[in-house]
Amino acid sequence: MSLFNLRLSEVHDRLHHRDLSVQELVEASISRIGETEGRIGAFLTLDEEGALAQAKAMDASASPERGLLFGLPAGIKDNIVTEGLRTTCASQFLSNYDPIYDATVVEKLKAAQSVTIGKLNMDEFAMGGSNENSSFQLTRNPWDTDHVPGGSSGGSAASVAAGQVYFALGSDTGGSIRQPAAYCGIVGLKPTYGLVSRYGLVAFASSLDQIGPLTKNVEDSAYVLQAIAGHDRRDTTSANVEIPDYTAALTGDIKGLRIGVAKEYLGEGIDPQVKARVMEALKTFESLGAVWEEVSLPHTDYAIATYYLLASSEASSNLARFDGVRYGVRAEDPANLLDLYKKSRSEGFGPEVKRRIMLGTYALSSGYYDAYYKKAQQVRTLIKRDFDQAFERFDLIVGPTAPTTAFRIGEQVGDPLTMYLNDICTIPVSLAGVPAISVPCGLADGLPVGLQIIGKPFDESTVLRAAHAFEGQTEFHKLRPAL
Amino acid sequence: MSTVSPYETVVGLEVHVELHTKTKIFCGCETSFGASPNSHTCPVCLGHPGVLPVLNRQAVEYAMKAAMAINCEIADWCKFDRKNYFYPDSPKAYQISQYDEPIGSNGWIDIEVNGQTKRIGITRLHLEEDAGKLTHMDGGLGSLVDLNRVGTPLVEIVSEPDIRSPEEAKAYLEKLKAIMQYCDVSDVKMEEGSLRCDANVSIRPWGQEKFGTRTELKNMNSFRGVQRGLEYEVMRQSDVLDSGGQVVQETRRWDESQGKTFSMRSKEEAHDYRYFPDPDLVRVQIDDEWKARVRASIPELPDARQARYTQQYGLPSYDAGVITSSMKLADFFEESLKYTDDAKASANWIMGDLLGYLNANNLEIQQVPITGQGLGEMIQLIAKGTISSKIAKTVFKSMLESGKRPQQIVEEQGLVQISDEGAILAIVDRIVEANPQSVEDFRGGKDKAIGFLVGQIMKETKGKANPGLVNKLLMDRLKNS
Repeated sequence: MSLFNLRLSEVHDRLHHRDLSVQELVEASISRIGETEGRIGAFLTLDEEGALAQAKAMDASASPERGLLFGLPAGIKDNIVTEGLRTTCASQFLSNYDPIYDATVVEKLKAAQSVTIGKLNMDEFAMGGSNENSSFQLTRNPWDTDHVPGGSSGGSAASVAAGQVYFALGSDTGGSIRQPAAYCGIVGLKPTYGLVSRYGLVAFASSLDQIGPLTKNVEDSAYVLQAIAGHDRRDTTSANVEIPDYTAALTGDIKGLRIGVAKEYLGEGIDPQVKARVMEALKTFESLGAVWEEVSLPHTDYAIATYYLLASSEASSNLARFDGVRYGVRAEDPANLLDLYKKSRSEGFGPEVKRRIMLGTYALSSGYYDAYYKKAQQVRTLIKRDFDQAFERFDLIVGPTAPTTAFRIGEQVGDPLTMYLNDICTIPVSLAGVPAISVPCGLADGLPVGLQIIGKPFDESTVLRAAHAFEGQTEFHKLRPAL
Repeated sequence: MSTVSPYETVVGLEVHVELHTKTKIFCGCETSFGASPNSHTCPVCLGHPGVLPVLNRQAVEYAMKAAMAINCEIADWCKFDRKNYFYPDSPKAYQISQYDEPIGSNGWIDIEVNGQTKRIGITRLHLEEDAGKLTHMDGGLGSLVDLNRVGTPLVEIVSEPDIRSPEEAKAYLEKLKAIMQYCDVSDVKMEEGSLRCDANVSIRPWGQEKFGTRTELKNMNSFRGVQRGLEYEVMRQSDVLDSGGQVVQETRRWDESQGKTFSMRSKEEAHDYRYFPDPDLVRVQIDDEWKARVRASIPELPDARQARYTQQYGLPSYDAGVITSSMKLADFFEESLKYTDDAKASANWIMGDLLGYLNANNLEIQQVPITGQGLGEMIQLIAKGTISSKIAKTVFKSMLESGKRPQQIVEEQGLVQISDEGAILAIVDRIVEANPQSVEDFRGGKDKAIGFLVGQIMKETKGKANPGLVNKLLMDRLKNS
């Protein structure tokens, strides 16, 4: 879809010169969805009518005020609440839920004047890395529809990669933006924990969840981040920091930048082709005048266990509100209150969600708390320290986003532990709360490979600058799947 | 009880006090009692997906104030945990509370029982959110859920097991209520649920150091209910032990109408609340400056006020205790003293006529229109001889009902005391002439006869004659004629 190959600034130029209308943009999005959705399955809810009406109103408006994302068709992951627009978290449980308020990021998108096309598929309650845990449908990887798009923001990544929407919002708890972005050959940014408000993001693991953009290039990522970042008084975990001009950081100049290459992310279990693409990317950085050196993040081995204890513990509590009493699907004919809870939750949640609720409930139980939850918190501190120490010597840490390229649909469904290991390179970053971006760095057997660039807390500017400089030296971000 | 029990009673109380902040603890909804169901709710307190709590600093401040007033140490950080349980009164299925770092700890209050002062230790005071209210419909038709109360800030005050009788428990509760009222952090109305009390009760043979097995008592909805519930439970446990049985650790519900406690759930059925730090709320630092500012806002508390009344006004300790048990009452007392110097007279009127009226009508001082100024002025009218003490009773009753100033009541009802010697003398003459038998009795040495004659004179003047003057003039008349 040629229109969507344009950079944001180019689209805005055309809109400005009246070579293009918002309506045409939105119609292009809708028609592309019509062509491809049968093979991709990215959307859970489409709001064509609302989007078109909004587009027409924007075209008709005489106001010279233009939002940062004016007119751009956007998709929103289905765990970000949109007032009056169905929000299901890809769960059977919420198949009838229409939110009564907008998430802060949705308000911010409205202020930036993007046009919401619809809500995107995901793993149920963001638990999974393939979108196979959606209650409703499979989403397929546009590069090879026999493969998964990754997850949990798989719908967001696939939709952007397929040119259905201009950009999408996803959420990342342990890699849920970066891994699907890598699998689908696009750019996915997980901001520093606290940079973007979580108000209105249906909580999976509150101490880890972050909303971020999925785009086709780094500049667009900077624009979307600019629109959604910032302190929110409705989220006390959102940081009260000054938001820099992210696009101003995109200078192309990374001379002298010190890059640490995470040894542990390139060890056992990493596909040799993925490793080769990462090593090639390091050469590109060298050619741009950056210097790199191996660095050790010694507690990486403990990250997955730590993550599954903490994230599941928080999830067991966060998901307790889904009880069939006030909203969502209530089981029919319960014998009593307890039965209402049991039936509604048994019928409402899928197997992966149940697995994590049980794991988390166990980890928090009296007598086990110290051995599991508390210990995991202590290990989290050590993992954070790994990053702190590495950042004393380096400006950025680089490695693969995922150990392999997108796997085949169905390949890992019966093996949750293998599935969990796909997140080995992204989970430590989430536990440390630092920002990271995944940018395309080539193909392996026809499927995209993602390069992960990790930065210091609230130093998204340096992350974006390096990613943008890399992108400027390569053509990978211009590769499009043949759909 | 006529016989001395072979067991010592041991009680610890857990008291919940609703803080009367303007808005809820984690959202902007109004707190209030009696609004139509679910009208004071928003996505946050309804627990909708995606919402986040934002801490109300006023609630923290009230909790600090309450904790300081009961002599607690104040934590340097305010940290919250989640208490997980499923029930329709809890829309998030967890309550935000404080688990291992309460805002206040290691406090105490002094109570007075049978003239003895006793110190009751306070283990902790922590801040949390209230749950909603369920109304169960008759016939198992279902339960109605009202979430207005969800998110009202509460403090839970846990005492040490220092209480040794139901009377002490009642005295502790009353003192706690008074302190919270003085601090102006709560309405402390048990009947509206802004003060709620659970009790841990056990008994042990006198002299035994180890505590007996305890039961937890719930659903005591009045001060009297607490005392009665405890009395019943102590008796029940004694009976169990006397018959060779063992007390079972369990939670029991007090049934006010049946006057009994019933088992709710056993220890094995107790919830595992799976407490863990709430990741949605950052720790809030309570620095010394903040502590000092809150401490400075605490007014003179009941004990200090009681001591001052005994010293400054010479009131008996008992009177001072009764008057300071309610801040409104104590304020009323002090207001009256702006208009009269006779503190003892004011105290007597408050302890007698005022409390008698309030108790008889189940009212509180703020529910009647009488003012401290009115009482003070009335005492002055007596002192000046404008009205007699007897007439004052009528005036006082009228002030209780109408709130009018005493001068106005006296004028409107023509209650001014007759102190005009000539006027009284004329009546004295008339009564003496009309009652020759009594006069004769008096002269015959029957002093009692004078009482009858005074009564006749007062009757004639509708009680308005100055009694001192009547006595003097009557005696003069009888002796001189």
